[in-house]
Amino acid sequence: MNIHEYQAKRLLKEYGVPVPRGYAAQNSKEVETAISHLGDEKIVVKAQIHAGGRGKGTFTDGYKGGVKVTENRAAALDAANHMLDNTLVTNQTGPAGRKVQTLYFTEACEIVHEYYLAIVLDRETAQSVIIASTEGGMDIEDVAEKTPEKIIRVPISPTMGLRHHQCRRVAFALGFEGDQVKQFARILTGVYKMFWEKNAMLVEINPLVTTPTGSIEALDAKVSFDDNAIFQHPDIQQLRDLNEEDAKEIEASKHNLSYIALDGNIACMVNGAGLAMATMDIIQSFGGSPANFLDVGGGANEDQVTAAFKIILSDPNVKGILVNIFGGIMKCDVIARGIVAAAKNVEITVPLVVRLEGTNVEAGKQILRDSGVALTPADNLVQAAELIVGQVNSAS
Amino acid sequence: MSILVNKDTRLVVQGITGKTGTFHTLQCIEYGTNVVAGVTPGKGGQMWEGKVPVCNTVAEAVKEYGANVSVIYVPPAFAADSILEAIEAEIPLVICITEGVPVRDMAEVRRRLYFHNTKTRLIGPNCPGIITPGECKIGIMPGYIHKPGRVGVVSRSGTLTYEAVWQLTQRGHGQSTCIGIGGDPINGTSQLDAVRMLNEDPNTDAIIMIGEIGGSAEEEACAYIKQHVKKPVAGFIAGASAPKGRTMGHAGAIVSANGAGTAEAKFAAMEDAGVSIARNPSEIADALLKIYKPNT
Repeated sequence: MNIHEYQAKRLLKEYGVPVPRGYAAQNSKEVETAISHLGDEKIVVKAQIHAGGRGKGTFTDGYKGGVKVTENRAAALDAANHMLDNTLVTNQTGPAGRKVQTLYFTEACEIVHEYYLAIVLDRETAQSVIIASTEGGMDIEDVAEKTPEKIIRVPISPTMGLRHHQCRRVAFALGFEGDQVKQFARILTGVYKMFWEKNAMLVEINPLVTTPTGSIEALDAKVSFDDNAIFQHPDIQQLRDLNEEDAKEIEASKHNLSYIALDGNIACMVNGAGLAMATMDIIQSFGGSPANFLDVGGGANEDQVTAAFKIILSDPNVKGILVNIFGGIMKCDVIARGIVAAAKNVEITVPLVVRLEGTNVEAGKQILRDSGVALTPADNLVQAAELIVGQVNSAS
Repeated sequence: MSILVNKDTRLVVQGITGKTGTFHTLQCIEYGTNVVAGVTPGKGGQMWEGKVPVCNTVAEAVKEYGANVSVIYVPPAFAADSILEAIEAEIPLVICITEGVPVRDMAEVRRRLYFHNTKTRLIGPNCPGIITPGECKIGIMPGYIHKPGRVGVVSRSGTLTYEAVWQLTQRGHGQSTCIGIGGDPINGTSQLDAVRMLNEDPNTDAIIMIGEIGGSAEEEACAYIKQHVKKPVAGFIAGASAPKGRTMGHAGAIVSANGAGTAEAKFAAMEDAGVSIARNPSEIADALLKIYKPNT
């Protein structure tokens, strides 16, 4: 789960990491209040969406920049009026962009140098790793590619935690001296504590900056949490912003279905994540384009199958449906009954190809034959993919 | 014959009295697996379904009933603790079926496995389990699609493994052992571990490896295959059409923003290692049979 910059900074502040003073706003009244809390001097206005590249982004009405350094309150208000409820397109949002429903106003701060600091879980070594660089404020992937020697990596043992010498090592590698070494060590300790206690997968501060007074502050922050551990953190659950998620994905999560919206036109319904990905792959290899990833799981019941059809069909791009079930624990007759029930509940107006295999497959096929539901049965995955791609192409 | 589990396996089921544990244990017993005990703290002394004694601790199941393999069906919040309990009871093989274990918990478990002279091998979590057809089934896979034979199968995905196994069985080729290593980013047994064990098993003649996007487990296995494996190997990777930055169902199945872990990189590693590639999940068995000609 991802959170917004302003939420990430509030959390960091709780863990003792200095951040510029700032206020979030979701409507014009809150905008006025937020601006009035800041002085009539330079104010930074930042669009809050779950995607990077905001500064270089463009709004769909042509307004440029989702992050603006403004000269005074009036200019901040003007920028806010352009951004709020407008749609921002960045290199990470896709062409549709994201509607900006929250703005964040912060004090502007003078920057001496920009650094990069992150803690991320490294799956290969099964440890968290500090990643730091003197090249802050830019894409860390670019730094890693062009100047890999400028990336500092220090692994942290999950059983021993972060040690003082590791903090010093990173501080000296970044070139800090004197009091800044201590400041940095406090910041890194706070970041790691937050990472560990809140079951984060990533805490990224880019840039971490030094100011003319010598203080170190986090100017931007990105945090994502382990979905498997969210149940342990009711405070983090409250930070979830449903506006940032696809409505179909939210609906699917209510029914314990694993669904991800994609931009193709052939919907898939599959049991098992690996088989679901493989089904998307084979649709693509026949020249089709998958509209979604959908794993109904190992023990789906009729209600879930019906919910899955409703979600699939609420996507206006869908021009055909491929159901691919390899019944193991999940029995084919249960899936078949689910399809029949769904067809009674939801009008299926697009071609439907069903491939059943595995436990109780004959009973499942019989139920589908007897039901009179308009569908094309397939005996194997290749045939199923060929059929649905053919039917969708001939219909369009 | 086989690796890891066989007719001599004495299984203890952690979480045997729960709904999932009960359902799958009945299936495994029906298949012929020797379930010697169950563990549910607080229910020690009871008899589960009138046939299997329940213990309070794994240590007791080892001492009293000679359990040598454990399978875990406990909820995600307690799964890591159950794994650690089995490790401390020095059970040689632990299979964790549970889906949704917090990654931080698994980081701690991995430390315990690697750095304390541990006697335990962990398979999973978030996996279908392991089966040596005709001898021992541990986990949630349907037994009847398997057939005893000499092809070893290792996979990150459950239903995709069934797909490959069923293709083999339909073409008359049985399996020595099929291992589901699970779809999580941190797990106990890697593709490389499983391929190595199958390579060293005298009763496995050929290997199928099924991977997914994300991480570098398949690349590491391929480096080993290139150097050490003379047996025919076929492979498939799921997720070629998945977009970057989105987790596809399994927590481990994600192509990072900088492009690491793509299907193309993994297919290329397979090609380099001389693995016969199935570009399509319906052709996994055929990809193996192109290079594997058993005498029978």
